[in-house]
Amino acid sequence: MLWTGESGRWLLQGLLTTLELSALAWLLAVALGIVAGALRTVRFAPLRWAATSYVEFFRNVPLLVWMFFWYFGVPPLLPRAVQDWLFNHGAEFWAGMLALGVYHGARISEVIRSGIQSIPRTQFEASVAMGLTTFQAYRLIILPVALRLIVPPATNESLNLLKNSSVALTISVAELTFQTRQIETYTAKAIEALTAGTVIYLVLCLSIATIMARVERRYAIPGLIARVGPAA
Amino acid sequence: MDFSVITNNFKFLILQGLIGIGPFIGGTLRLAIPAILLGFVLGIFVGLARLSAARFIRVPATMYVEFFRGVPLVMVIFWIWFIIPQLLRLPIPEYGVALTAFVIFEAAYFGEIVRAGVQSVPRGQVEAATALGMTGTKTMRHVVLPQALKNMVPSLVTQMIVLFKDTSLASIIGYVDLTKAAQIVNNREIKPFQIYIFIAIVYWLCTYSMSLVAQRLERRAA
Repeated sequence: MLWTGESGRWLLQGLLTTLELSALAWLLAVALGIVAGALRTVRFAPLRWAATSYVEFFRNVPLLVWMFFWYFGVPPLLPRAVQDWLFNHGAEFWAGMLALGVYHGARISEVIRSGIQSIPRTQFEASVAMGLTTFQAYRLIILPVALRLIVPPATNESLNLLKNSSVALTISVAELTFQTRQIETYTAKAIEALTAGTVIYLVLCLSIATIMARVERRYAIPGLIARVGPAA
Repeated sequence: MDFSVITNNFKFLILQGLIGIGPFIGGTLRLAIPAILLGFVLGIFVGLARLSAARFIRVPATMYVEFFRGVPLVMVIFWIWFIIPQLLRLPIPEYGVALTAFVIFEAAYFGEIVRAGVQSVPRGQVEAATALGMTGTKTMRHVVLPQALKNMVPSLVTQMIVLFKDTSLASIIGYVDLTKAAQIVNNREIKPFQIYIFIAIVYWLCTYSMSLVAQRLERRAA
């Protein structure tokens, strides 16, 4: 089998790269998602429009196009020195991370927005009446509640991010699918390599889903059965 | 910034890449439309199988859905690319590989939508139909599915948009869709920023108009 020797090492490296890529992209996506999702619900129109255009543009274009855009399209616009530095420091990884993060940030923001909108407006009005500023009301009242409401769809979206990290193979990031292809090329054991890659993805996804189901139960808000968006 | 690269290659990108008229067998639309239709049809069967009372139908359908929802589409495309020619002992064109992969993969997602839609129809409807003397199949066809379809419209359109975007992955195995056409043009012209922004806008126009249609349908169905 493939778990030993060179192939095993490639698989392990691929798995680690996939995890690293997904984790960094996830952090970026969540940060962007929270900001864009919250801004889409504020009263001040210009901020709302800016957030809406970001979300509508980025989530409606294929991830693969964004991969090519960030990897091939953007670097030539940068100064020569920055370009050189980037291509000596794993430009494909950072481009892949940006593409994944910005694309999924737009998608996660939709989840967060629906979470915020499921909270009665009176909660916000009450916080403002208590003397909180809009920013404080979001930070202390609205977002903490919204984030607990959206655990199931957010898990779903995070798993999508993990699976979509495989698209980074097109810009030759050495993640799991890329390594599977590499093993296939070098050892001609196509079926074994594909099986190994598939099993790793399945185990990753199923175990994250199981863990998150427990998190969901732990952080469910007592008395609320409302599930936001499609169930995971 | 110089955008003449777009006007010079406009015909190739749109006709060959988006629609599929040209020297290559390709086209995003020529792949997306059959994939959406066939994926949905297979999805109806998968969704209904998941709701079946018979265990030997329900369990395999559930495993099918869980499996394909836990694996990246890229992986499925590679599987089909390698397995089918080995099984059939004959080479399959990229178009066939891509279409098969999309239909099998997306049927799992469409199946979940169909299942949720059917489950959203009140139980009383089924009981009333049975009381009127309809058989199970007739109830499903004339009572449950029409109502379920109405409830499914928003998530169906979302999934169709996802599938439309996913067809860009067919370029990985060399199918000449819009993304691959852009790569071909870029290899010749080396104007990546302009070219990729342009195809991003083309994709956006397609998906955004799909979501506008969806909003209208939703309002009419409500």
